[in-house]
Amino acid sequence: MSADVRNGDGVPVSLRGLAKRFGSVEALKPLDLDIAAGELVAFLGPSGCGKTTTLLLIAGIYKADEGEVWFADRRVDGLHPRDRDVGMVFQSYALYPHLTLFENIAYPLRLKRLPDAEVKRRVEQIAEVLSIAEQLGRRPSQVSGGQQQRAAIARAQVKEPSVMLLDEPLSNLDAQIRLQARGEIRRLQKELGVTSVLVTHDQSEALAMADRVAVFRDGALHQFAAPDELYARPADAFVASFVGFPPMNLFDGEVVSGEFVSGGLRVPVPSSWPAGPATLGIRPEDVLLEGEIEGELLVYEPQGRDLLVTASVSGHQVQVLSPGRPLEAGSLTLSFPWERLHLFDAQGVRLEV
Amino acid sequence: MPLRPRAWWLVLLLLAAITVPIVVGYLWIVIGSFNTRVHGITPVGEWTLENWRFLGERLGRRPSIWTALLNTLLFAGGVSLLVVTVSAMAAYAISRLSFPGRGWFLGLVLVLHAFPAVSLLIASYYVLRVMGLFDSLVGVVLVMTSFMMPFGIWLLKGFFDNISWEMEMAALVDGASRWRIFRTIALPLVRPGLFALAVFTFLVAWGEFILPYTFIVSGRTWTLSIYLQSMLGDFERADYGLVAAVGLFYVLPAVAVFLVGQRYLLDMYFGGSKG
Repeated sequence: MSADVRNGDGVPVSLRGLAKRFGSVEALKPLDLDIAAGELVAFLGPSGCGKTTTLLLIAGIYKADEGEVWFADRRVDGLHPRDRDVGMVFQSYALYPHLTLFENIAYPLRLKRLPDAEVKRRVEQIAEVLSIAEQLGRRPSQVSGGQQQRAAIARAQVKEPSVMLLDEPLSNLDAQIRLQARGEIRRLQKELGVTSVLVTHDQSEALAMADRVAVFRDGALHQFAAPDELYARPADAFVASFVGFPPMNLFDGEVVSGEFVSGGLRVPVPSSWPAGPATLGIRPEDVLLEGEIEGELLVYEPQGRDLLVTASVSGHQVQVLSPGRPLEAGSLTLSFPWERLHLFDAQGVRLEV
Repeated sequence: MPLRPRAWWLVLLLLAAITVPIVVGYLWIVIGSFNTRVHGITPVGEWTLENWRFLGERLGRRPSIWTALLNTLLFAGGVSLLVVTVSAMAAYAISRLSFPGRGWFLGLVLVLHAFPAVSLLIASYYVLRVMGLFDSLVGVVLVMTSFMMPFGIWLLKGFFDNISWEMEMAALVDGASRWRIFRTIALPLVRPGLFALAVFTFLVAWGEFILPYTFIVSGRTWTLSIYLQSMLGDFERADYGLVAAVGLFYVLPAVAVFLVGQRYLLDMYFGGSKG
């Protein structure tokens, strides 16, 4: 990896009350978000949640209906995309099929009217960093998907933007290359120190790559936190169910004096917990395959190291991830250690207990 | 579903039967232009080059055939160039930009496409008179261009619609203006469409008769179609050998253009291809 690519002057990005609607659809409800300089933030959520809309608002391809976008002390929301100094990588890569990789990567530089020698130097340098120097003379259709993807990153990075935007950059790659590309993008981003936003619907990708993750649903931000925090203390029931695989077990019910009750399921909880309607959550790996809760074994799937057990407990399905031995068909017992439980109120908001 | 050999022969036979009258017509032109007398398509006279004398001399008060050829080239080439240039810009705007009245404009183009041009002949005549372009090549080129624009816009809009939005967004972020994107990204990507439209409009204009016939009077601006027509509508008896030779002379450039451009035309009929 070459060290003379510009380094470490990413800018902080600040979104203030940013909102966008398409007709009667609120694509993005007013959003406040602060991204630190040099940070990689993932926007995570199901499709149609507003994550790509937000990205395109930052890029300047959509005009915001309300709110402001700040790159450091520069307000950019009124600017044309070309004046914002952003680089962007698209899901389809969006390389120009009639140009060679060299001309693709050179395109942003040519628009800046840099002298030919300078264009050549910078294109070759970034191509070297991304190991596509050998392919520069070819057209996009003549190189592999992984090389196309790296060419797209090179084109976004070659003008050394203050902010890098990545829209599902890995979803068109084969599973094997995807893991490798994940690491490469992360390493490159850290090395260049460019502030980056990554849009993805793949939670493992978000958790693996990002410094912090913003979880969206229905145009609203649900939580913005570091991956550990997101996993250990989801802010609401949606984040709890969306982040982590297999997903967290959630039960709608009620807390009544030292017990959580949901239909026939009764889970002992500390008596200090507030009484009232609530949702109880526990991650599959936190459930123990022994205890006083009785259930029925439905399926178990060996997953290599672990065993994924699906059990039925008083009409609820419970998933358990256990390193344990294969089970006999029939009944089993479970327990939910109380210190591993997550509690959400009737609106789904996390209760700190 | 692939056809069995026997079925193939039947299809070929049917197609041949339908094509025979046209083939006979062309045979007549070729044979008639090199023979003094023809019965049906059987040459009964002597083989001769006499019918081709129009290449070297002016017939009656007609202009030289070379003047007519040059005029036809200018006419067809001018129409082709103008239609492609203007349609490309209009089609890109309709396909990609949002501007007030876009839907309305789209509908209008479609209606105009279906509008028979002949019904506007007299109106066009007045417009040309007012503009002082009557009896000039420029005038006919403009009228023909405007009649062909709706088709060109619709055709190219289809090609532009095929370009992914992400590509356009990428160019915007890369720092390009819309005009720049149009020139350096969109136009090269619809090149097959541009070529197809150019060839198609050239051929249509090459064969056009009504417009030049209506708007051109003086011999120096005659096109080949007028030249050919003048040999049929004369007081003197038509010299069929001569008509055949002029007809052959008229059709050859079109055939050449078609042969060069046919792969683009195929693109057009299959609705465009990806670069």
